[in-house]
Amino acid sequence: MANEIFGILAEFDNPNGLLQAAQKAHAAGYRDLDAFTPYPIEELAIAIGFHDRRLSKIVLGGGLTGLLTGYGLQYWVHAMTYPTNIAGKPLNSWPQFIPVTFELTILFAAISAVIGMIALNGLPHPYHPVFNVPRFALASRDHFFLLVEATDPKFDRHHTREFLKELNASEVNDVEP
Amino acid sequence: MDPKPATYEPAPLIAPGHTFGSVTDKISAVVLSGRQPAGWFVGMIIGFLITMMLMFAVTWLLLKGVGIWGVNIPVGWGFAIVNFVWWIGIGHAGTLISAILLLLKQGWRTSINRFAEAMTLFAVMCAGMFPLLHTGRPWLAAYWLFPYPSSMSIWPQFRSPLIWDVFAVSTYFTVSLIFWYVGLIPDLATIRDKTKHRGLQVIYGMLSLGWRGSVKHWERYEQAYLLLAGLATPLVLSVHTVVSFDFAIGIVPGWHTTIFPPYFVAGAIYDGFAMVLTLAIPLRAMYHMEDLITLRHLENMAKVTLVTGLIVAYGYSSEAFFGFYSADKYEGFMVWNRMTGPYWYVYWTLIFCNIITPQWLWFRRVRTTPWLLFCVAMVVNVGMWLERFVIVVTSLHRDFMPSMWGMYHGTVWDWMTFIGTLGFFLTAFFLFVRVLPMISIFEVRTLVPEAKLVEAEGH
Repeated sequence: MANEIFGILAEFDNPNGLLQAAQKAHAAGYRDLDAFTPYPIEELAIAIGFHDRRLSKIVLGGGLTGLLTGYGLQYWVHAMTYPTNIAGKPLNSWPQFIPVTFELTILFAAISAVIGMIALNGLPHPYHPVFNVPRFALASRDHFFLLVEATDPKFDRHHTREFLKELNASEVNDVEP
Repeated sequence: MDPKPATYEPAPLIAPGHTFGSVTDKISAVVLSGRQPAGWFVGMIIGFLITMMLMFAVTWLLLKGVGIWGVNIPVGWGFAIVNFVWWIGIGHAGTLISAILLLLKQGWRTSINRFAEAMTLFAVMCAGMFPLLHTGRPWLAAYWLFPYPSSMSIWPQFRSPLIWDVFAVSTYFTVSLIFWYVGLIPDLATIRDKTKHRGLQVIYGMLSLGWRGSVKHWERYEQAYLLLAGLATPLVLSVHTVVSFDFAIGIVPGWHTTIFPPYFVAGAIYDGFAMVLTLAIPLRAMYHMEDLITLRHLENMAKVTLVTGLIVAYGYSSEAFFGFYSADKYEGFMVWNRMTGPYWYVYWTLIFCNIITPQWLWFRRVRTTPWLLFCVAMVVNVGMWLERFVIVVTSLHRDFMPSMWGMYHGTVWDWMTFIGTLGFFLTAFFLFVRVLPMISIFEVRTLVPEAKLVEAEGH
């Protein structure tokens, strides 16, 4: 009964209000927190204890794959499947294979950065419960939101609501699932 | 007499009085309001008509073949390569602004990076047309250029700089495109949330991937953006380096020099910034964006133009010096012929455009007077095109033996194709301004005074 909603969304009209509220909510023991802002605020991720460094590993993997693909492709073409004597150069003329190897390293790394970011973020995600709150449209404009999800062990529909109100939220709304 | 101020105070990055809401409304209004300034229609119509001319020239080219162009032996590389190098170079400023200035934490990149990146994309598209068209049969170009297992069992020659070029330019275009798109995602969400029109909500909603501004998303987003900037930085330097290899790897006098890669990259950034200024100055006047694209931005861009212009000037003098210092009579003749031969007027016009004209930018008065700056930028654009013309044509038209000497002039079809791409560029740019936010809204929000965080209690 108490958990029929997705969570409770508190609204702030400035970044400082949100940042302080997020710090207090985290200090009060809430862990299933999320915040929504119109531009990136690094301090907020720290405030809600969020940390994810997987992307850089994905990009490194992508870059190495590109490197091996680039060199492997040229080696395979010129030393194995289609060997041609060009100006007496060795079949595996590695200095001349560097430009293409370099470009493919960058290409694969860049594509894995974008796809990795989109995939880790769970996008595309056209429907999300927070969009049910009409005022949430302001999150892409000039308002700042703190969400406590109903999955949080400490979540209680009544108490959490009161707690968020005490954090100087300008408005507190239930989020329909 | 007024006492001189002790320190020079630059103009602010964003005019005072702006809030999160006001910058959002101002930038998104261009996309959302049905009304466009008269300049938009004028530019669009001119651009569209010139694009039609391009279509005409290209159709005739495909029907008749490259014989309609002015290229012939000894000048087998003409307008197509000149235009290719010029357009690719223009693109470089967009990437420099979006990637290198981001890594250097230059706040002034913020309100110019979006349209500069769009400029990059359209410039690379224009550039890409020429290598394809000069094959005469572009639909067959695939097996010459791309390594795929064709039924003929032949493969491209990876030891050739022309193939490096294919990889460099296609990688450059792809990375620029995804970098630009990633930057657009949060702004597309803003448009989605602001519009009342159902169709637009769906279109921008899909394009924005359902972006909701979650702090967890922003965290990974910022990482991805920074990584992309770090990848695009060496990439952009490599692209014009590889373009210069098209020349420098050959043994033609005037091309076979080690100064080419840095000199090409500097020239690319030089011309690119001139083109950003050429676009930014009318754009900010047309859409009254003077409070977001301030004099500070114009002045900084002018300074970059000046510095890269000086590097280019160094490149010219080094080229001339080494031509004689090499003690190679072909190299020496090439330099002398460039300055006093049949194309002397092109060479000296280029020196006037690229070395003399930018010296005006030493004066703050010129850097902060938009119309003067626009004139200087236009002259630089012309000068850089002439530079590529001089490099390509003066080296080729005097072959090693006088019996192989010749002259080169673009035909009417060459000119129609080149001017046609300018029309395509203009059309694409005006369409971009109409349908996408031309300034990065979310990044400009970070410049607003409200965005300043106060120190939290207990810290």
